[in-house]
Amino acid sequence: MAEASTHPAANPAALRAPEPPARGAADPMRPRRFRIARLRRELADTFTLELEPLDGAGMHFKPGQFNMLYVFGVGEVPISISGDPADPSVLVHTTRAVGTVTNAMNRLKAGQSIGIRGPFGTHWPAEAAHGDDVLIVAGGIGLAPLRPLIHTVLAERDRFGKVLILYGARTPEDILFTRELKAWRGRFDMSVHVTVDRATGAWNGHVGVVTRLIKMGGFDPGNTSAFVCGPEAMMRFCLTALAEKGVREERMFISMERNMKCAVGVCGHCQWGGHFVCRDGPVFRFDKVADIFRVWEL
Amino acid sequence: MVQVEGLETLLENHPFFEGFDADTLALLAGCGVNERFGPGDYVFHEGSDADKVYIVRHGTVSIEAKVPGLDRVSLQTLQEDDVLGWSSLVTPYRYTFDARAVSLLRVVSLDAACLRKKFEADHELGYLVLNRVVAMMAERLQAARLQMLDLYQPKGGQM
Amino acid sequence: MSDPATPQSARAVMLDVPGLDALIAALAGAGFTVIGPRLREQAIVLEPIEGRADLPAGWRDVQSPGHYRLEERADGALFGFASPPHAWKRHLHPPEVRLMRARSTGSGFEVTDSAGDHAPPRLALLGVKPCDLAAIAAQDQVFGLTPDAPEASRPDPTYAGRRRAAFIVALDCGHAAATCFCDSMGTGPAVPADGGGADLVMSEIVEGGHRFLVRPASPAGARLLDSLPEGTGRPPEAADRAAAAAVPEATRAAQRRRLDPDHRRIVADNLDHPHWSRVGERCLACANCTMVCPTCFCATVEDSTDLTGDIAERWRRWDSCFTMDFSYIHGGSIRIETASRYRQWMSHKLSSWYEQFGRSGCTGCGRCIAWCPVGIDLTEETARLAGRAPAQNAAKQDSATPTGGE
Repeated sequence: MAEASTHPAANPAALRAPEPPARGAADPMRPRRFRIARLRRELADTFTLELEPLDGAGMHFKPGQFNMLYVFGVGEVPISISGDPADPSVLVHTTRAVGTVTNAMNRLKAGQSIGIRGPFGTHWPAEAAHGDDVLIVAGGIGLAPLRPLIHTVLAERDRFGKVLILYGARTPEDILFTRELKAWRGRFDMSVHVTVDRATGAWNGHVGVVTRLIKMGGFDPGNTSAFVCGPEAMMRFCLTALAEKGVREERMFISMERNMKCAVGVCGHCQWGGHFVCRDGPVFRFDKVADIFRVWEL
Repeated sequence: MVQVEGLETLLENHPFFEGFDADTLALLAGCGVNERFGPGDYVFHEGSDADKVYIVRHGTVSIEAKVPGLDRVSLQTLQEDDVLGWSSLVTPYRYTFDARAVSLLRVVSLDAACLRKKFEADHELGYLVLNRVVAMMAERLQAARLQMLDLYQPKGGQM
Repeated sequence: MSDPATPQSARAVMLDVPGLDALIAALAGAGFTVIGPRLREQAIVLEPIEGRADLPAGWRDVQSPGHYRLEERADGALFGFASPPHAWKRHLHPPEVRLMRARSTGSGFEVTDSAGDHAPPRLALLGVKPCDLAAIAAQDQVFGLTPDAPEASRPDPTYAGRRRAAFIVALDCGHAAATCFCDSMGTGPAVPADGGGADLVMSEIVEGGHRFLVRPASPAGARLLDSLPEGTGRPPEAADRAAAAAVPEATRAAQRRRLDPDHRRIVADNLDHPHWSRVGERCLACANCTMVCPTCFCATVEDSTDLTGDIAERWRRWDSCFTMDFSYIHGGSIRIETASRYRQWMSHKLSSWYEQFGRSGCTGCGRCIAWCPVGIDLTEETARLAGRAPAQNAAKQDSATPTGGE
């Protein structure tokens, strides 16, 4: 293997640094300040922050990208953006209070401010799905990172074939964005199927794992782009179900989650094989990672 | 006779019987009858004698258990293209859960005693059908296992 | 190899041992804090030095898996040792650095200071061996200083500031420990002809009179040599050049240890190999290897407030992929087994580093082998993954120094 002995000095230009940056101007670890315009409770442990930039500049982002959210003195966490990419004036994050930082965030009030670094990472390539049926497969909180994609797809609905949202949640009480799901379900140009792992009482919808919704079909597998987001194990089974249906690996996209401390590819925490998930992900085209996706504890 | 021919067509169009030849379908249809259930009707109850297999043609049926304090707990819903009631083909021929129609439900029900008798007489037929039943049970087992993982919890997948 | 930099080599200079003091003084005079090797607690450390008297004259190291000690050498060499426990990275990528300070404003906060606001220290690194020079080049890539760095990553202000301000005096390596395998990695023991990113390149010649051949490898290096006081040193003669060229060749000849050149493929193809579990049973997950490794760059970011809660700080601290917390996401860690964590470290070093940066993350310095408390040896583990008993390293307990056994 030729690279094995490639000496770094073989590329001397690589060692001579380019121009120094303006001091402090481009410090990637310095957050911008945003004010909490609204804090909305979505579920028992899940909430949405609507944020406005204190420096006046909006935040342009692409569906699937994430920010690092900073609570003063407490810490920083990566959270995907769940708002509409067409509206950069308000930054929307939906997250679950599961750790120190997100719990602290959950206790903040409108008017208080938090720090934001971002947007970071790769995006759901809606443009790659032009002409295809669009299959959006979400599990649990995984609907939040897909929501900007749904907005993007609906904003240019004519460019796509059928549009299906398949959403699995734990129980009917855990279904996120219910009002929006109902509105989408009411449209004539898309299908929304929701299933829950277990239900009691009045639930009249599907009960069962989300993979069953994939098996039900309703899309043309050979011409379908699938965007899958949820817990890793859920994605594993969904990808298998999609492959069994005949969806091609190069048209499956997943969003990975790993520990992140810097989001700019230097802290090393988010490495997954050769990928820095913060930079090379979180969205991956499945065929690019199929060889490592099932390697245990990688 | 008219009804039997109609049933054969219904079975032929159901994915469970995909690829079965006309003779086989006729043999199976001989055990069948069309049935319908209104929303909320029970198709069968947990613990009762399992005497029929239901080929779901239309509508949704919920497989449920009654749990004190939780009312009915739905474990899985089945709809058209699914098959309900495999317990009727496996000893001790007793349904293991409740099945309740969620919406208007149209099914072809196959008499299990009739099927079992035919399987006994014609092992090839029995193999053909039970092969499909095993595949269906495998899928349902896998789904149940995934549900056990409780993936959407913050600690999902860690039992 | 012909010397392509004729104009520079024309300005090369021979220094006698006191001449080294002139060089150190010139660096200090140019505003650099000179960092070099010195003896501390029976190890060689890389710390500020005042002059050649601070250098570890007449010491060499004896290293083997799980083993490091110093012993005297008769020739009085100042740089006659292999890899010291700490790499130069602690001066360019410090073990901890404050990234940010912020002040509470009641409803929010304001950032009062961030890492990029501060002028970096100007460090001159004296005696950087080729393996460590390669490690610095590797970290330049990691921290986004190279044109080929991924577009998305902006240079890290702390590293970039220190690295751009640094002056590097590289050194042809004159001593191989039994843990060394730079030759098989293509990183040493000679400094590459183009200087490998250093400003000056130095050879320590002991035989036939203790002296140093110093040649410039950058404009800054040439200027520094020009700034030496009149009468310092003399032009090198052909015999000096021949003696200098012989130094790394002797070191090369003394190296026994090799990493399989096919290591990238061997590791990538064997991520499910049962051998990982066997290493996992030995590995203490102590993180020593990551701390001493000259290319390991992982760090965590910690936020905290003072007791009043009014002032918050953000610090970056070295972290290690061997800790359980390293891969923590809500709910738990990804890499629970020690075997998975060892695999992460070694597969990153020997395999996925190629994907990320187009080269190996290992420079063959051997530190991880010497400083592993249980003597885990990545050259040996690679051989085992390839299905071979590691016969090539069978003689590893023998000293590989040209001057004799342990």
